[in-house]
Amino acid sequence: MTAMTSGELERIRRGLALRKQVDKVFVVLGLLVLLACLGVLLLLFLDLVHNGAQRFGWKFLSSFPSRRAENAGILSAAVGTSLIMLVTSLVALPVGVAAAIYLEEYAPKNWFTAIIEVNVTNLAGVPSIVYGLLALGLFVYQFGLGQSIATAGLTLALLILPIVIVATRESLRAVPKTIREAAYGLGATRWEVTKDHVLPYSTGGILTGLILGLSRAIGETAPLITIGALAFIAFLPPAPVTGQFPFLSFDWLGSEFTAMPIQIFNWISRPDQAFQSNAAAAGAILLGMTLLMNGVAIFIRYRFRRKINW
Amino acid sequence: MSESTIVNFAPDPRKVAAMQGHQNPERAAAPSVSIALEQRGTAHANPAKATAENLNFWYGKNHALKNINLTIPEHQVTALIGPSGCGKSTFLRCFNRMHDLQPETRYQGAITLRPDDVNLVGPETDPIEVRMRIGMVFQKPNPFPKSVFENVAYGLRLRGIRNRSELGDRVEKALRGAAIWEEAKDRLDDSALALSGGQMQRLCIARALATEPEILLFDEPTSALDPIATAKIEELITELRKDVTVLIVTHNMQQAARVSDFTAFMYLGELVEVDATSKIFTNPAKRATEDYITGRYG
Amino acid sequence: MNRPTPQSRGAFASLRYRRARDGVIELALLACGLVAVFATVAIVFILVKESLAFFDHVSLREFLTDTTWTPLFDDAHYGIAPLVAGTLTVTGVALLVAIPLGTLIAIYLSEFAGNRLREIVKPVLELLGAVPTVVYGYFALLIVTPILQKIIPGLPGFNMLSAGLVIGLMIVPYVASVGEDAMRAVPRYMREGSYAMGATRLQTALRVVVPGAFSGLAAAYILGISRAVGETMVVAIAAGMQPSLTFDPTQPAATITAYIVQVSLGDLPHGSIGYQSIFAAGLVLMLMTLLFNVVGFFLTRRFREAY
Repeated sequence: MTAMTSGELERIRRGLALRKQVDKVFVVLGLLVLLACLGVLLLLFLDLVHNGAQRFGWKFLSSFPSRRAENAGILSAAVGTSLIMLVTSLVALPVGVAAAIYLEEYAPKNWFTAIIEVNVTNLAGVPSIVYGLLALGLFVYQFGLGQSIATAGLTLALLILPIVIVATRESLRAVPKTIREAAYGLGATRWEVTKDHVLPYSTGGILTGLILGLSRAIGETAPLITIGALAFIAFLPPAPVTGQFPFLSFDWLGSEFTAMPIQIFNWISRPDQAFQSNAAAAGAILLGMTLLMNGVAIFIRYRFRRKINW
Repeated sequence: MSESTIVNFAPDPRKVAAMQGHQNPERAAAPSVSIALEQRGTAHANPAKATAENLNFWYGKNHALKNINLTIPEHQVTALIGPSGCGKSTFLRCFNRMHDLQPETRYQGAITLRPDDVNLVGPETDPIEVRMRIGMVFQKPNPFPKSVFENVAYGLRLRGIRNRSELGDRVEKALRGAAIWEEAKDRLDDSALALSGGQMQRLCIARALATEPEILLFDEPTSALDPIATAKIEELITELRKDVTVLIVTHNMQQAARVSDFTAFMYLGELVEVDATSKIFTNPAKRATEDYITGRYG
Repeated sequence: MNRPTPQSRGAFASLRYRRARDGVIELALLACGLVAVFATVAIVFILVKESLAFFDHVSLREFLTDTTWTPLFDDAHYGIAPLVAGTLTVTGVALLVAIPLGTLIAIYLSEFAGNRLREIVKPVLELLGAVPTVVYGYFALLIVTPILQKIIPGLPGFNMLSAGLVIGLMIVPYVASVGEDAMRAVPRYMREGSYAMGATRLQTALRVVVPGAFSGLAAAYILGISRAVGETMVVAIAAGMQPSLTFDPTQPAATITAYIVQVSLGDLPHGSIGYQSIFAAGLVLMLMTLLFNVVGFFLTRRFREAY
């Protein structure tokens, strides 16, 4: 065929115009859907703030739960959440980083290592309530840790372990092989290479992983309910720091507890409409904290990526 | 190779150029090679620093090094040349047990370090101890993302040297030995990554020198550098002979001719020929060596 | 230089110490790595142990065929069917939302959006997936349900539709993100072949990229299914906690997860049948998740496009 007839060319042009229109429609559609999703997020946040507005204030933050909605506050829940997050970090960070170091720097490529890696991936997909069941059967009863802050912290640490491990492995991997070779060439042992050259440049990624994990843990309700968190706790756990020798107490680890998501759940579930604004206010605070933590993590990840040009 | 070999010769640059396959040998006689060979003049082998005896090496099922017998004379530069895949880097890395970092590697035979007769590749020898006595400079400069001072001091810290002033003295000595003291002395606390490519490589040399190794291994040290940086490092390598024994792998035959006292030609995992550099490049004994030198295959 | 100097002799002595220290550290690191294995083993162990105790009292036949689930009543029935029906219905609704929307967003981000837009949108989508599920539960009960009640007259305050829609929204970011990664992994030359023939972006996306990324997309869908099946709080808050054997989304019902929560809220004497029933329910949940993952794995293997 040496040239197209004008008829064929005309047909092609018309078909093309139609297809281009469809393309444009799709772009608009895609943008709309995206905006809709993000709009929902915004709507949610605004509704929470609007509904909970009447509750915001120092009184809300400093009161215990109460039968009367105006008097009910999140003090015990906030303290509970903070203490649980403390335990979670103290467990998940060392264990997760250690496991990641083992898998990246030490583990030989054999079936044994493959089993560990498969398990880490598996755990990431386990529903959070099953972690609650595990904790109930194992930590609460078999190990005798009871329905306590320690149990809650351990459970959530297990839950976010895969997140910490994956993030740590990624940042360990980002250190070039040539740096390790140079260190080995000078006669360093494996641990010295890891400690002196690999870990120091991975801290950004590790921190990001921990914060993302904590932002997930802070909103987890189901496992805590399963362990037996109560919602009407009108007292605080014993303080970690006391006025007498030895100044540091661990009694709080064994204390019964409540947490922010539990409190929210409890308030929503009440038939009394007045509690809905309490739930909204607490929800706004929880959502705000979660978004803040995520934002910080993303920021650290972004800054850290540009820090070292290998 | 006998204990002492004296070779007298006067290389004819035209003959060299003809052997290298140049159409017009008069014009093409590479001055650098011939001058280098003239300077090399006599090559007299010093006592052995290390001797490879029937060395074999396997990567998994791959028999990578076959019965290598080679003596590395002390305080001289020995070059390893050969086409890609001939095993020269593999052989080099046996000296400091870098292969131990990979799975499924196996040594057979010995590399005996003199004078205490330690078998570097023996299972009874600790690889980390080997690496503390043998230094290495890699193909691509790989300084640590630390300060210049800390880079050089790292090897010393591994040995438990903490005294600040002792560290300072030894770092300075190493930097001088690597011909980079003048450029580095005002930038000791600056990041090593801010240096140029050639400077980074000299820093890596200083880093290896700081621990006073007995043998210094160079794995194609200038292949990633520009010609000026390359020249500086080649000059440095010939200087270093006073303090260490040097074993250098190079892809660049002219570099081998410029820098080394002895050259070993390897092919497909075997040592084909080793002799004084001048002899290898002007009158090699084996046909295979001559083919490689004259560029019949690369 | 030819003899070990006194200084280097000292260095070698401490080499023994460095070696020993390294060995101890390696063991500690390995132990931490084994925690993941321990967790999986522990989950299986505890679920199976308590389920066996459960099946001492309840026959497997009753468990699978009875149509009511009332373990805590005096007249106790132990048919798991209502809970499974609830889980499947909610998951179905969620997928009806998440798969189309998530895929659409993935196609848009991968084939149409500019780099800057993508850089901004991806983190924000991540945030959408980071919202605590209790807050989504609030959203479903107090915002979505009233809106739906205006559209569907007679819709009960607790219903599976509301919960399913919100769960769908919740997992859109996962589907979109994994799906987009899968599509970006399709090599450029495949797209170029299509463009070179005069195809528009949409045609290339639908005819070349989506099929090419199918195994990755399937993985994204499986991920979404797993999250939907395991979701607890949204259903606990918005769908009511009354087990009922129905696939009608406009009705209230309980999922497996909601049941576990409901029982945990009350008093659970250790070793009672109620206590054991939540582990049996949990076991069924894990088996369902496992089933979806296995199906997904084989699906992706069958349709894997080799580049």
